[in-house]
Amino acid sequence: MAQPGNIELLTPDTRAEIDDWIAKYPSDQQQSAVMAALRIAQEQNEGYLTDALIGAIAAYLDMPTVAVYEVATFYSMYELNPVGRHKLSICTNISCMLRGSDEVVEHLEKRLGIKLGESTADGKFTLKEVECLGACVNAPMLQLGREYIENLTPETLDRLLDTLE
Amino acid sequence: MVDIEINGVTIKAEEGAMVIEAADIAGITIPRFCYHKKLSIAANCRMCLVEVEKVGKPVPACATPVTGGMKVYTRSPKAIAAQRSVMEFLLINHPLDCPICDQGGECDLQEMAMGFGNDVSRYNEGKRVVRDRNIGPLIATDMTRCIHCTRCVRFGQEIAGMMELGAPGRGEHMRITTYLEDAVESELSGNVIDLCPVGALTSKPYRYTARPWELTAHHSVSPHDCVGANLRVDTRAHRVMRVVPRENEEVNETWLADRDRFSYTALYDKDRAMAPLIKRDGQWQETDWDTALTFAADGLKRIIARDGAANLGALAADWSTTEELYLLQKLMRKLGSSHIDHRVRQQDFSDQDAMPSFPWLGQSIASLGSLDAALLVGSNVRHEQPLLGQRLRQAALKGAKVSLINPMDYDFHFPVGEKLIDTPAGMLGQLAAVVSAAAEQKGATVEGLDALVTVDIEDRHRAIARSLIEAKNGTVLLGNISAYHPAAGALRQLGVQLADLSDVRIGFLAEGGNSVGAWLAGALPHRGTAGSEVDSGKDWRAMFESGLGGYLLLGLEPERDCIDPALATRALDAAEFVVALSAYDSPAMREYADAILPIALYLETSGTYVNGEGRWQSFAGCANPPGEARPAWKLLRVLGNLLDTEGFGYMGSDEVLAEVQGACRDVRPDNGRAWQAPTLGPAPTGIVRTTDFPIYAVDPMVRRAAPLQDTPLAGAAAVHACAETLADAGLSSAGRVRVSRGDSRTELPIVADERVPPGSVYIASGKRGSELLGGAFESIELTQA
Ligand code: SF4
Ligand code: FES
Ligand code: FES
Repeated sequence: MAQPGNIELLTPDTRAEIDDWIAKYPSDQQQSAVMAALRIAQEQNEGYLTDALIGAIAAYLDMPTVAVYEVATFYSMYELNPVGRHKLSICTNISCMLRGSDEVVEHLEKRLGIKLGESTADGKFTLKEVECLGACVNAPMLQLGREYIENLTPETLDRLLDTLE
Repeated sequence: MVDIEINGVTIKAEEGAMVIEAADIAGITIPRFCYHKKLSIAANCRMCLVEVEKVGKPVPACATPVTGGMKVYTRSPKAIAAQRSVMEFLLINHPLDCPICDQGGECDLQEMAMGFGNDVSRYNEGKRVVRDRNIGPLIATDMTRCIHCTRCVRFGQEIAGMMELGAPGRGEHMRITTYLEDAVESELSGNVIDLCPVGALTSKPYRYTARPWELTAHHSVSPHDCVGANLRVDTRAHRVMRVVPRENEEVNETWLADRDRFSYTALYDKDRAMAPLIKRDGQWQETDWDTALTFAADGLKRIIARDGAANLGALAADWSTTEELYLLQKLMRKLGSSHIDHRVRQQDFSDQDAMPSFPWLGQSIASLGSLDAALLVGSNVRHEQPLLGQRLRQAALKGAKVSLINPMDYDFHFPVGEKLIDTPAGMLGQLAAVVSAAAEQKGATVEGLDALVTVDIEDRHRAIARSLIEAKNGTVLLGNISAYHPAAGALRQLGVQLADLSDVRIGFLAEGGNSVGAWLAGALPHRGTAGSEVDSGKDWRAMFESGLGGYLLLGLEPERDCIDPALATRALDAAEFVVALSAYDSPAMREYADAILPIALYLETSGTYVNGEGRWQSFAGCANPPGEARPAWKLLRVLGNLLDTEGFGYMGSDEVLAEVQGACRDVRPDNGRAWQAPTLGPAPTGIVRTTDFPIYAVDPMVRRAAPLQDTPLAGAAAVHACAETLADAGLSSAGRVRVSRGDSRTELPIVADERVPPGSVYIASGKRGSELLGGAFESIELTQA
């Protein structure tokens, strides 16, 4: 059976931040904070989750590990493998597709020399395909960190990439 | 009750029931995959779509509550179209290779596709493939076949209380799996094999060994604990191929513990004794039955002729059938000896005359699920009686306060109320403290109690007492560890007193599958059949300590089954003549026995078990015993005749049963007794050994069931101790340790384990490595190896 997770893997800051989320829910329902906890732990670890971190969150929230794993694999914002410093999540769902997301993907793939789902060798960029992010009015769009970049064209993409370190 | 109409027929349905439940009761078939009456409603497969009048879309029958006057159509064009579409959808990714699937012939998907699907597939595209994981020795996976009904996941969450299987991923990528490559650990895990409607989860030991249409079904009853789970036993050519549950709402519901399901694999173990064996001039030889039985009878006669029948003793396993136990005691008593016992794991017989005619659960098994308060004393119920643990879990989830007094902090799969973990001797003080708190709350005085209260009475004790006193439906349950305890009599006395004071039921969790049957049959030194009065004989310990000349063993392997294997082997080695009626032949047995008479195991003989709630359950043999093995009742009958005793002319085991049952007709169980302050011997000093018989070490069959032995719950014996105990004893937290007590000694690995309270160590009984250790709940010596 899964070894009980080691909560020491979560830094004190991470734990404090998770505690803030736990406090938002009724006292015996700390598992409601699982999504926030996964996000916070992912930020602590250069943008991706490990099996050990998933186990640690399970132990911290007193949940079955496989249940935390279900959440971590369900949502596309959690990463289970190392990612580049800048993760470009490109929506290819219907509205974005109709407004040219294919060209956006093609342009990015060509310029970075990687395919969707891959990272550049220097660890700078990751390209990821995602479903509708609810910004259809300004399609096509992508998400970078916590920001939405909308009405994409090859030119705006180039300008964006040039500003990223 | 409301009236609804299904397919034009008016039926009565419980208000709030789902359409599918009402249809099931009325015998109207609605196809389903995700719905299961014992699990929560998921409504994710959509196979149960039906048409309801005045509702636009087809609705899922499993998630649509009945309303008065509702008109449901399960076979209307709209319903059929919906069912066909769902079936087509489910088959998009499901392989269509039933001939190579183990579930073929008993697959819900196959059946539903026949009954409710289209006959031709329109789907030509590629199918999804899911990688399998090894989830342990019991369950084989073929996850490409999974239709995502999530029954297995809900079973883990809701029934087993261990969410081991989950559904990570989303959409096309969703799959059912354990986390990482973990083996499932639940003691009830095999039930997902029955629940899985397709061939995704199948039985590893049975897989690809038979097709359902080649099998003959029989009924039997599990011998591994006092639940007496009802079994369907499938055989082919008189060989048991598998065991699955037979539904009995009052006993096992639709479940089995893994032990009940997989122990049949031990029927065909290489240790099976295949022919009668006798030892002549120190040499073992195989022989025929006539020779062996005459040899056995002559040996016993010799002892009787020389030293009298009082020099003869009989020990029986509590998984023997009631008929066998009855015949054994009848034989012994006719020969003139009262030295008969089956309680080889108990140590305290001081109160045996105050015991009821048979110690029983004190209530029905089914009623455990609706308790509102319980105190478990000395019980790892989850491993000792897994299905009773499951019932208690249901009660606890509904809000019952289940508290514990245990010698170690066992894992429970439900929220526990108060937990009092103390050394074996400390358990008494803890229980006395709860009794005292109850007496105080009721304004009663219990004479002589104060001397037993060796701990401060704290809020925890008061809370337990209060929960019982306030309970409408409460109970005090004494588990297996209480029965093994050296002061078991005092624990029983205190338990009964607590139950009386708080006006709840007192129950004993019977240790073995047929302990109750053994009490009723009279396999006891101080009671005859149906609790009748007899000349009192020696209990097992007195027999071994006084060193009798001859022993008759029935189904037991004392070197593993007795609580003091060191004493047992010493006494048996020293005895002049030992006849073992045993299904298995082992080097240890060849050391002490003079004749090994191979007997049939429970699936190979007819018989009766009486479960913990006093339910008599008879069964017929399902398969042929291997080689020359014979049902033990037949051997006892022949021995009876060879030893010139009267009354062994039975034609069938049913005649034996009629005789026992007739005698027991008026026996009414009553666990109660009057208060009498127990007197205690001195508490053991130094480090004390706590023990139990772990789930896969309880009896000779389970110990030889290879798939069970490969699970994480099996494993060899070790010395478990907490950091404090290790430090006090100057032991490191790894490596090996020498364990000794008196003349018996052994060497075992150390496991740091904070579940064991300071001052004690836990060493399992019945496992390899513990054979030669005596001293259960007594002090032992430890030195670093
Ligand atoms: S493995 Fe079987 S029981 Fe579990 S979700 Fe898949 S089909 Fe259902
Ligand atoms: S489809 Fe791209 S944001 Fe909605
Ligand atoms: S049985 Fe109703 S949706 Fe699955």
